[in-house]
Amino acid sequence: MHYRLEASDLQQLLDALKADGYALLGPQRQDNAILYDTLESAADLPQGWTDQQEAGQYKLKRREDAAYFGYVVGPRSWKRVFLPPRKRLWSATQQDGAWSIEEEPLPTQKVALIGVRACEIHAIAIQDRVLREGPYPDPYYTTMRAQSLIIAVNCTQAAPTCFCTSMDTGPNATFGFDLSLTELLEPDHGFVVEVGSPKGQALVETLGLPAANDPDQARAQAGVDQARKQIKRTLQRDDVKALLYRNLEHARWDEVASRCLSCANCTMVCPTCFCTEMEDITDLTGDHAERWQRWDSCFHGQFTHVHGGPVRQSTRSRYRQWLTHKLASWEDQFGTTGCVGCGRCIAWCPAGIDLTAEVKAFRESEHSQEKNKR
Amino acid sequence: MGALPAIRPMTPRPFRIEAVRPETPNVFTWTLRPTQEGEPLVFQPGQFNMLSIFGVGEVPISVSGDAEQSEILVHTIRSVGTVTQVMETKKAGDIIGVRGPFGNTWPLQAAEDCDVVLAVGGLGLAPMRPTIYHLLHHRERYKRVYLLYGTRTPKDILYPDELKAWSESGALDIRTTVDVGMDGWNGEVGLVTDLISDIRIDPYHSIAMVCGPEIMMHFTAKALFHRRIAPARIFLSMERSMRCGTGWCGHCQLGPTFLCKDGPVYDYPSIQAWLHKREL
Repeated sequence: MHYRLEASDLQQLLDALKADGYALLGPQRQDNAILYDTLESAADLPQGWTDQQEAGQYKLKRREDAAYFGYVVGPRSWKRVFLPPRKRLWSATQQDGAWSIEEEPLPTQKVALIGVRACEIHAIAIQDRVLREGPYPDPYYTTMRAQSLIIAVNCTQAAPTCFCTSMDTGPNATFGFDLSLTELLEPDHGFVVEVGSPKGQALVETLGLPAANDPDQARAQAGVDQARKQIKRTLQRDDVKALLYRNLEHARWDEVASRCLSCANCTMVCPTCFCTEMEDITDLTGDHAERWQRWDSCFHGQFTHVHGGPVRQSTRSRYRQWLTHKLASWEDQFGTTGCVGCGRCIAWCPAGIDLTAEVKAFRESEHSQEKNKR
Repeated sequence: MGALPAIRPMTPRPFRIEAVRPETPNVFTWTLRPTQEGEPLVFQPGQFNMLSIFGVGEVPISVSGDAEQSEILVHTIRSVGTVTQVMETKKAGDIIGVRGPFGNTWPLQAAEDCDVVLAVGGLGLAPMRPTIYHLLHHRERYKRVYLLYGTRTPKDILYPDELKAWSESGALDIRTTVDVGMDGWNGEVGLVTDLISDIRIDPYHSIAMVCGPEIMMHFTAKALFHRRIAPARIFLSMERSMRCGTGWCGHCQLGPTFLCKDGPVYDYPSIQAWLHKREL
């Protein structure tokens, strides 16, 4: 069952969520990018703006229409909601030689995520495998996931960096949401709404949304089809794991290392990268100590530090770790690839390194070796 | 994998240092006891704990005590980094933090009714000591037990009094070798792998457990293979950077596995492709 929400009533949806105790998080224009942050009202949404992306490029541009969700994805992903860039784990205080340890309270605020793309829903499901479904569920992550509500927005346009169709993660959301919206523009601006959960059904009933008519549903489908057609980047994923495992000592790693700055941008913008570092701090007296968990990256020099120095010293070995983890060993570890095809690592790489091109390079190298043998 | 700790897995419990025992240069052993009432920290041989100095940091250290003495916790530590160097300055009575135990265990049950070969290099004897205690407690369950031990110099030999006692009791056949001899050393000079050709085992009913630097384990596993011990019956304890113990932080990955939750103990076939490969 699909429903119709008028664009002018979008605020009512946000109000209903607020009335239900949710803090709203959603896209907005900040620092010349579209970022996810606390949302006060529909007026904060990046209405009339879009993003232009290419390898190593991201630029905002005015749209000619009033689309609320007329952009693709920005540098922030939703992972910061569940796995914050920095969070305190505990504090410890010393008194008379004895230490008492106080755990950081778990968050209690419910959050509604507005404008979650299909690829991002897959990214959240992938992080669930890592941080919620393993032998040690992360208490913060698990708590935030349990008290989050997801309003998906299906893509009706794609960026040149997108390749969700190769990764089978988009452009429309098929699971993992409470409501999904598909934006319809001229002549009558509104949304086709699909219900994905009982919570979503209750929202639709609170708002008293009418059923979407057939032409609206057809327009929504056409929008998604248009996004699918716009996607030109590809990554052949069925055998990429074996391909990378076969080529761990390939000269291509040296070639990509000559371009890679080991800056860690790709891991920061990636919606599935989950690596963190533990940081201990103390005050000047030494009687108060804290442990913080913060995002880390396999591109950092100290990431593999053991006595005697880091295991992965070269950029070659770090890029190899990142790419083989993302596309190969992730499958061994979590039964899924670690890539959702959002293209963030391509757009936000200052050197414009494109993982889809790197995978193709390995594949072509094998093809040409085969040919030479014959 | 044991049951989940009752408190959050990232929260340490305070333990008091009951005794500090100097071992070899830079190496010392702590005996620890929890400061608060609560469940004892029960571990299995092969597992490790995350030890914290509050405000300084946390490091993974294998348990080197007796698993059947759960009221105390024993760790042998080498002072090599920022955290362990501060640990070296701590005295009896001081409080530290402990999280754990983490990781999997040596295959002690599978080794029953078998000849057992323990091959250790350097400080690798420390994580192997809980296994030795177990073998000694249940000596009748095992056949011949060899401890093949290689260190850099005679001065680096860890737990010399215990080694002597174990050897004299006849419970273990201990063979020691050093890389570099010195005055007064009448023993072997050479690599652990050299000791393997002399042992008397039934290779079809043997289990080997190996702990030491990766290059030593690589060549030891090959030497054991050439004594016809099946690769699946050769076990290695791997080392990488470990920051959480729970599989969240990503640091300890080696190819398809997380050492902290899938390891640190692996049978040779499952780690062979990733062993002793540059910068993996």
